[in-house]
Amino acid sequence: MDVSLIVVVVVVTALVFDFTNGFHDTANAMATSIATGAFTPRTAVATAACLNLIGAFLSVEVAKTISGGLVDETLIDPVVIFAGLVGAVLWNLLTWLLGMPSSSSHALFGGLIGATWVAGGGGAINFDAVLNKIILPALLAPVVAALIAVLATYLAYRVTARAAPDVVRRGITIGQRVSASMVALAHGTNDAQKTMGVITLTLITAGMLAPGSPPPFWVVLTAGLAIGLGTYMGGWRIIRTLGRRVSDITLIQGFTAETTSTTVILASSHLGLPLSTTQVCTGSILGAGAGRRLASVHWGIAGRIVLAWCFTLPSAALMGAAASWLAATGTVGVVIVAVIGTALASGMYTASRRNAVTAANVNDPPRTATTDVPLGMAV
Amino acid sequence: MHIDWPTFAAIAVVAAAATVIVVLLVAFALVGLSGRSGGRVGPGDSGTSGRRPAAGTGVAALCLLAAGFIVCYGLYLIIG
Repeated sequence: MDVSLIVVVVVVTALVFDFTNGFHDTANAMATSIATGAFTPRTAVATAACLNLIGAFLSVEVAKTISGGLVDETLIDPVVIFAGLVGAVLWNLLTWLLGMPSSSSHALFGGLIGATWVAGGGGAINFDAVLNKIILPALLAPVVAALIAVLATYLAYRVTARAAPDVVRRGITIGQRVSASMVALAHGTNDAQKTMGVITLTLITAGMLAPGSPPPFWVVLTAGLAIGLGTYMGGWRIIRTLGRRVSDITLIQGFTAETTSTTVILASSHLGLPLSTTQVCTGSILGAGAGRRLASVHWGIAGRIVLAWCFTLPSAALMGAAASWLAATGTVGVVIVAVIGTALASGMYTASRRNAVTAANVNDPPRTATTDVPLGMAV
Repeated sequence: MHIDWPTFAAIAVVAAAATVIVVLLVAFALVGLSGRSGGRVGPGDSGTSGRRPAAGTGVAALCLLAAGFIVCYGLYLIIG
């Protein structure tokens, strides 16, 4: 296949991934703010979109490697990157359809691992790095965030019990707006860089950019716009899950959850072990829910989210492997992967329209078990 | 197989300390500002009894200033 053509295909697919990353992760920063009314839904996604776009320009410290040392990068070529991205996009769309907050980074790494495995065999995967950089952080991040949020929520309720309710409401609303905005800015800084890194390294691999070059301006701009646009589209299904389904969040819980997320994300990035924003934010929301009343957490939903996390890496890897196997056959294979990927994505979008979640109904209370029973059957 | 437990522990301790400090600063600031509002501030509390609004406002200002510094440091970490 012509090198310039496959580079164009990879760049477009990377921007599509960036877009899905944006709308998949809007919930991380804004779900609780929307649920508590600190922001109206449209204001929340517009604020998050602007901050993600700004975040993309704040740092040009793009990833030096595509996979972060998870796979043997000498085996990675544009076709493998394309296949990995297809696996990540499809998993992002499927979890969005199900309203499950899963890590876009883990989906990307899973897709790349699967695609590289097909290209170079099992020996091309650094399982030690997979354990240290994905599996252990995935186990620890939500637990740490949840425990901190439990403590912070308990303390916040104890101290503010002596304060005037209207002062608390106004003060905490401002606090939650600030902390949610910090999460959105940090997300833009981290996640937009990931796509920039993938595109820049693809251009270097194809010989279109000198080794060690920073990302060209058009790469920074398009990556920022893609993640910002995706964020503005609002992954309402996931926002509803995190804001309304996981727990009944109040203003104080929203504030402590977002503050916890901000500090854990910043501490982990600064100390050199970046954790999944999605898992940190979900853990914080669960902890904030439990910090007020353990029974207010809907553990069934929490269990489904954990299940989605467990499946993210292997499922994206399977999709990436299948895409890599097909794409490796040549131009026809790449076209077939692109057509199948587009068809599956369109199918999931069409399926989502049957039970659309929008800014208008994102805050509707969850249906109870009784209302799920057909009329006349409830006892 | 090497697992980086010290970094995990450092993240947990730093994040927990920062979260608790920010949340407590904001919460105490709200308690301080409540003295100024003159309303009922809690169960069994008659509101203005024994509370000095000026002192409350001063404490609130200090707490908010400290919380603001921490937020600015967070912004510095994001940008830097």
